[in-house]
Amino acid sequence: MSVQSENSAVATNPTAVERKSDRELLVTRTFDAPLHIVFEAWSTPELFKSWWVPKSVGMSLVSCDMDIRTGGSYRLQFRHPSFEQPMTFFGTYQEVTPNKRMVWTNEESDDGAVTTVTFEAHGDKTRVTLHELYPTTAALEEALAGSAEGLPEQFAQLDALLARRS
Amino acid sequence: MVQCSAHLDATFAALSDVTRRGVLEQLGDSHASISDLAQRFHMSLTGMKKHVSVLEQAGLVTTEKVGRVRTCKLGPRQLEEEAAWIESHRQLWSARFDALDQLVEQMKREEKVDVRTKRK
Repeated sequence: MSVQSENSAVATNPTAVERKSDRELLVTRTFDAPLHIVFEAWSTPELFKSWWVPKSVGMSLVSCDMDIRTGGSYRLQFRHPSFEQPMTFFGTYQEVTPNKRMVWTNEESDDGAVTTVTFEAHGDKTRVTLHELYPTTAALEEALAGSAEGLPEQFAQLDALLARRS
Repeated sequence: MVQCSAHLDATFAALSDVTRRGVLEQLGDSHASISDLAQRFHMSLTGMKKHVSVLEQAGLVTTEKVGRVRTCKLGPRQLEEEAAWIESHRQLWSARFDALDQLVEQMKREEKVDVRTKRK
C-alpha cells in the first residue's frame, strides 16, 4: 500500500498490521540488527521504556515497573494530552524465553488481549511478530477503535487517508 | 475534510454501542430484516429500528423495504472503516518500531565499539 512509504520519513522497514481472524491481530516488522540486540531492547526495562512510548504519538510514560521473567509482572502508566487521568496497563509475563519469545497478559480490563512476541533471525536481521489474541471480537474492535480515538494526530492522518480513498 | 471528519465522528459514535457492533457482525454473515435482528438481540422492534437508523446514517448499513419487510445489509463504508482502524493501529506500531529501530541501531554501533576495545 502506498501509505506505508508516504508515512515513513526515513527508509525504515515497513510495519504491517493484519487482522488474522475475528479475535487476532498480527503486527510484523523486520529490524536490521542481530536477534540478541533486538531481544535485549524488548527485555531490558530501561531500554524498553525508551521506545514503547514514542514521542510522536504524544504519550509520555509516568511510571514503569517491569519484572521481565516467566511469571513476573508489569505495570505501566501513560499520560496523553486528550485524557485527564493517566492510563494504567498491567499484567503478567506468561513466558519469557530469551531470544525467542515473550508472552504477556493485559489485565487492566476483561477485554485485554494476550500478546505473544516472537523473534526470528533472518541472517543478520531480525523479524519480530507481535500477535494479539483478544477474548472476543468486540474486544478487538474496541482496541482498534481505541487506537484511533486516543491518537488525535494519527486521526488527522486517517482523515487524510480517507479523503484520498473516497 | 471537515465533512470527512464529521463522517468519521458519526461512524465512531455508531460503533460505540455493543448492540450496533453486534448487528454489523451479524450482517457480515448474512442480510437480515429488522424483526430478525430485534429477535436475535432480544430487543423491541422500535429499539432495533433506532440502532439500524444510526448505523444507516453513518453509512455502515443500508436498508431496503420490500413489501412489508425492511432488509438490512452492510453499507459501503464497512470495509473502509475497518481499513481505517487497522491503519491507525499500524501508525501507532510504526511509530513505536521506528523508535526501536533507532535504539537497536545505536546498540549495534556500541557493540561494535565494545568488540574493538576488547580486542586491543
